[in-house]
Amino acid sequence: MIQWTAEQLDAFVQLLHDEAYEVLGPVIRDGAVTYGAMQALPVGYGDEQAAGHYRLTQRGDQTRFGYNLGPSTWKQFLFPPSETLFSVRDDLIHPVENQPGKRAFIGVRACEMAAIEVQDRVFLQGEYTERRYEQRRQQVFIVAVNCSQAAATCFCTANDDGPAVRGSADMVLTEVNPQQPWYLVEAISETAKKLVAKIGGAPANDEQHHQAQAAVNEAAEQISRQLPRKGLRDALFDALEHPQWDDVASRCLSCGNCTQVCPTCFCSTTQEQTDLVSMEVRHQRLWDSCFTEMHSYTTGGAIHHKTRSRYRQWLTHKLAAWEDQFDVSGCTGCGRCISWCPVGIDLTEEVEILRKSP
Amino acid sequence: MKDIADELSEHPFFEGLAPETLSLIAGCGVNAVYKPEELLAREGSSADELFVIRKGRVALLMHSTERGALQVDTRDAGDVVGLSFLVPPYRWPVEARAVQTVHVIRMDGKCLRDKCNADTALGYELMQRVATALMGHLNARSIQLLDLYGQLEL
Amino acid sequence: MNDALIPELCNVNGRLEDTPDVFTLDLVPPPGYRGFAPGQFNMLYVPGAGEAAISISGDPEDSYRLVHTIRAVGDVTSQLRTRDGHSQVGVRGPFGKPWPIDAARGGDLIIVAGGIGMAPMRPVLYAALADRASYDNIYLLYGARTPRDILFQEQLMEWHRQGAITAIITVDAARPSWKGDVGAVTGFIGRIPVNPRNTVAMICGPEIMMRYAASELLVKGIPMDRIHVSMERNMKCATAFCGHCQLGPYFVCRDGPVFRYSDVAAMMEVKQF
Repeated sequence: MIQWTAEQLDAFVQLLHDEAYEVLGPVIRDGAVTYGAMQALPVGYGDEQAAGHYRLTQRGDQTRFGYNLGPSTWKQFLFPPSETLFSVRDDLIHPVENQPGKRAFIGVRACEMAAIEVQDRVFLQGEYTERRYEQRRQQVFIVAVNCSQAAATCFCTANDDGPAVRGSADMVLTEVNPQQPWYLVEAISETAKKLVAKIGGAPANDEQHHQAQAAVNEAAEQISRQLPRKGLRDALFDALEHPQWDDVASRCLSCGNCTQVCPTCFCSTTQEQTDLVSMEVRHQRLWDSCFTEMHSYTTGGAIHHKTRSRYRQWLTHKLAAWEDQFDVSGCTGCGRCISWCPVGIDLTEEVEILRKSP
Repeated sequence: MKDIADELSEHPFFEGLAPETLSLIAGCGVNAVYKPEELLAREGSSADELFVIRKGRVALLMHSTERGALQVDTRDAGDVVGLSFLVPPYRWPVEARAVQTVHVIRMDGKCLRDKCNADTALGYELMQRVATALMGHLNARSIQLLDLYGQLEL
Repeated sequence: MNDALIPELCNVNGRLEDTPDVFTLDLVPPPGYRGFAPGQFNMLYVPGAGEAAISISGDPEDSYRLVHTIRAVGDVTSQLRTRDGHSQVGVRGPFGKPWPIDAARGGDLIIVAGGIGMAPMRPVLYAALADRASYDNIYLLYGARTPRDILFQEQLMEWHRQGAITAIITVDAARPSWKGDVGAVTGFIGRIPVNPRNTVAMICGPEIMMRYAASELLVKGIPMDRIHVSMERNMKCATAFCGHCQLGPYFVCRDGPVFRYSDVAAMMEVKQF
């Protein structure tokens, strides 16, 4: 492994631009760290999070990755919130051919890497392959980052998804020493090795490895929320009539924020868009949420008619059914659903109560 | 030749009753045949008979001023019709009419009631069979009531 | 199919009005359509209206037509009702797990259908009758609203007259002129002779009806894992991508719609699950 200065990291981002990657990463927008097309890494931003609470902060240091997680997820680039699957013109169906170019994701955290791999299971490893997702996924170069700090809403350690990156990133960075940061750089894929070689950098010594490890350990120690997974699937399926569902339903607004910020939620619906001039019909796929009435609509009416059953559907799917369906939990402990819930519902607290007999 | 007791013993409703019990209640029954469309009992009339169907089909109908006559149930061989004989005020809540030629054992309701009152063990046994039959009808009627297959239009 | 989310447009052979709200749409199978097994469904698409999951009601051996029997209840199904020989319908499929017809070979088959639930049962009858000698008794218990809501009545009665099946067709209510059965279909299970050790039962209809029917079959001694039900959930993609059709650990589009009753009975008891 080698080590970079902050300037070398910035040069690497520029190199990705020069190599014709569409560079996607942290962008300060609307008072939050979001993900989007990015020129250079923002410097010195942090965040303060709690249930129903997010504030962008100025750290007063030189960190490139001093923030934790904002409302954006990488999901939007692999599985867009809205896309046309095909159009109908002149009585013919025209599939939309998406030919994505090379893309780089800068700053993918451990929980996010785990979430991408969860969606890989949903879209690539079932009976059918989602071709659009596959094409986009193959074009992504992932620069992951081990966390050197945690938000109060984080709980990646509960499922061993972080704070150190465990997934199949192209390369992994660790940011050390916030006031004058340097980066431990691990190039994993061949592409990463070639690109990193163009920047250079001195080999990291034992002391630097030790410091990087200490930074990640510190992040792990900052994590206070827990979501023990052992026996959780059975416990939730055994608690389908628990009175806590009524309690949480009395607070939940059924707004669907949690599903929109969740990096693994994959529900989608379709919509027909008709252009009256060209007489073209576009068949579009849109993100959906299990908190909507129409989500469970059948000819007999909505099955998840009340908030109680919608929250139950979301939580039991995420934390229980997911294991049956994809052999992995649907939650990687990012805590976004806690921060972005307008009424501050914390799934870790709900689960704790659901696990106890009423 | 089979007598009434033999015929009762072959009917699901009386299945498993002791031979002496069967001969006791057989005294309340006579064989009867109804032609297609023939009335077995009028809605609201006195429920003095239990019809034990051996062959054929009986329709149960209700009359609505707005919608006319409606079949709400049919009973076939193996069924009984007329459980109201056991429950005051002993009135027919529906009309019973033969659909095809129907062969029944027509049991005298008062005769059966008297035997049940005199022998409470028999009364309990018959009451259990009536309750089981009623439960089945009730469940079936609940499902019909839900109109599960869509809007009911006749 | 290279991309399971893209339909193929097919021509319409014809459309038949079965009952006041049910019609049968007979399509020319799209090129390369690999056939279907009884109980599977297609996603039918009308440009501008959208897609709907529709069970296939035709003969699985007939590769010239793809027949769907549809109740017109929503936008898509109402639009499908306007399709005729001059128009096209998009098709994706077939999807889903079929009825376990093979498991019924060598024994009795009991089919219980309610309302539009008769549609996915007809392919079972086609398949079983094509290989009639492999089965012992085949019972069809079918409940409809009224006599004029009975689907495939002529055909079912013909099979009954031939002795190929024993059909009991019952309605919830009827005019006095109706000479058939009246009453809930579940009430008729008690009237057929059941051989509990050698019977496979298949039920399709509203969930309440399926639960009652299953409980009657259980009383008759048929084991839970030899009773099969077809579940209805919202299906948008049919490929386990869209998340709508979940039922506990299952995607109904992928793991169903046909389930062993033993796999879903507990969930069917939980309200709004």
